[in-house]
Amino acid sequence: MHSFPKMKKNIFMLIEAFSEAFGLILSADADLYEILWLSIQVSLTALLISIALGLPIGTTLAIANFPGKTICITVINSLMGMPPVVIGLLVYLALSRSGPFGVFGLLYTPTAMVIAQMLLITPIIAALTYQVMEDLHKEYRDLFFSLSIPLDKAVAAYLWDARYSLITAVLAGFGRAISEVGAVMIVGGNIDHLTRVMTTAIALETSKGELSVALGLGIVLLVLALVVNGLVTTVRTRARHYGYA
Amino acid sequence: MREIRHSGQPNLQIRINNLCLDMRGSRLLDQIDLILKQPGVTMILGPNGAGKSLLLKCIHGLLFPTWGSIDFDGLNKNPKQAMVFQKPILLRRSVMDNMRFADQGTQTDTELEQALDSVQLLEKIDHPATQLSGGEQQRLALARALLTKPDLLLLDEPTASLDPASVVIIEKLIQQATQQHIKSIFISHDIGQAKRLSADVIFLNRGQVVEYSDAASFFSDPHSDEARAFLSGEIVL
Ligand SMILES: Nc1ncnc2c1ncn2[C@@H]1O[C@H](COP(=O)(O)OP(=O)(O)OP(=O)(O)O)[C@@H](O)[C@H]1O
Ligand SMILES: [Mg+2]
Repeated sequence: MHSFPKMKKNIFMLIEAFSEAFGLILSADADLYEILWLSIQVSLTALLISIALGLPIGTTLAIANFPGKTICITVINSLMGMPPVVIGLLVYLALSRSGPFGVFGLLYTPTAMVIAQMLLITPIIAALTYQVMEDLHKEYRDLFFSLSIPLDKAVAAYLWDARYSLITAVLAGFGRAISEVGAVMIVGGNIDHLTRVMTTAIALETSKGELSVALGLGIVLLVLALVVNGLVTTVRTRARHYGYA
Repeated sequence: MREIRHSGQPNLQIRINNLCLDMRGSRLLDQIDLILKQPGVTMILGPNGAGKSLLLKCIHGLLFPTWGSIDFDGLNKNPKQAMVFQKPILLRRSVMDNMRFADQGTQTDTELEQALDSVQLLEKIDHPATQLSGGEQQRLALARALLTKPDLLLLDEPTASLDPASVVIIEKLIQQATQQHIKSIFISHDIGQAKRLSADVIFLNRGQVVEYSDAASFFSDPHSDEARAFLSGEIVL
């Protein structure tokens, strides 16, 4: 049982940590913003690569017919459910000095974290793109045949008419990437000023008992998640308003 | 100067040779042998599930027959076709953007607006097409099909959910199309409409042509028991 004065002390400590956390954010603490900036850089890079891969993969799976298509879809769907730590481990094995890509010396660099996050969210973006595009393809296919729409125009129409759902998929991917901790910890190593991102920093500072730094980063991460979710909701509402969802 | 309106091909002939269509192990269209020579509207009648929509899709090239073939004779062996589907397919865009997409930039916005006006959708020009009422969607689908200036117009129950005033509008448009030598094949469950529009009638039942004759003789003196029962409002099985 906690004694009353001890509880009071705990609450006081929490309040202090919170005010210090806000202090760090508001005073533009250099370390905090360095970590934030690296997080955003890594996750945005991973996201862009994932879009460049996932969008064409999902679209091809939705529109084209080829042998092995069902297998591809199954593989992507199961990759989507792969635990991040396992992805981290695989990337670690591939990049470690004795691994197949060891010569590039990428382990414990931001590039390694980009690779891990990219592997994590490409299946998500590909699978969501596939679902959205397949629905639209089923809906439009006969009309496009009837109007003799060439393939490039058809694909452009699919992408355009699915844009709200695709933006939602991309935002979901970004949210997943930036909040990931296990894989980037393994392949990035959480090295100060080099590979420390928000999630790994929060894990470290919490374990050290540096609650104010952890909380400050936590608040920033939370705000970021809220912004992304807010964007998703806005996009969905707009889509519904215009009858596109 | 007024531009001369496009005319379809006079004398377009459609020959359906021993067409069979199998899907999932069952024969859905069975040995259809028809030569459609009459200009104007060919009406396809028959009970639900008879295979009317499937036949139209075969003619359009959307479905590939398991056996047999379809040939076109006329000025062009490959006439320009447009189809209005039983369930309208509209892009998730505005009414006007649906027209623009089908037109592919050959006509001015004013011309597209005129086309929309002809089906009384001018007020809805900026509405999302998928949020139109069922009848409005069908009218948009027809306006869009006519936009492509087809030689052959395939209509799968285009007036199924229309109010009487809209039916009149659509029937007038079809009659205008006939005057412009556009051949139409029309599926309907409305016997009055069939009498008003058709030059000849195909009566389908269970994937087979039970009867094919010109409209006058079909409605006054149907040869088959099925057609007679259908016309008198009995359920055909
Ligand atoms: N893709 C398909 N696979 C298997 N069977 C099908 C398929 N499409 C249609 N059918 C079957 O073929 C039959 C004819 O269908 P069709 O749509 O041509 O009927 P219809 O004459 O147009 O009827 P309705 O008046 O209800 O529109 C139906 O029994 C239907 O269940
Ligand atoms: Mg039908």
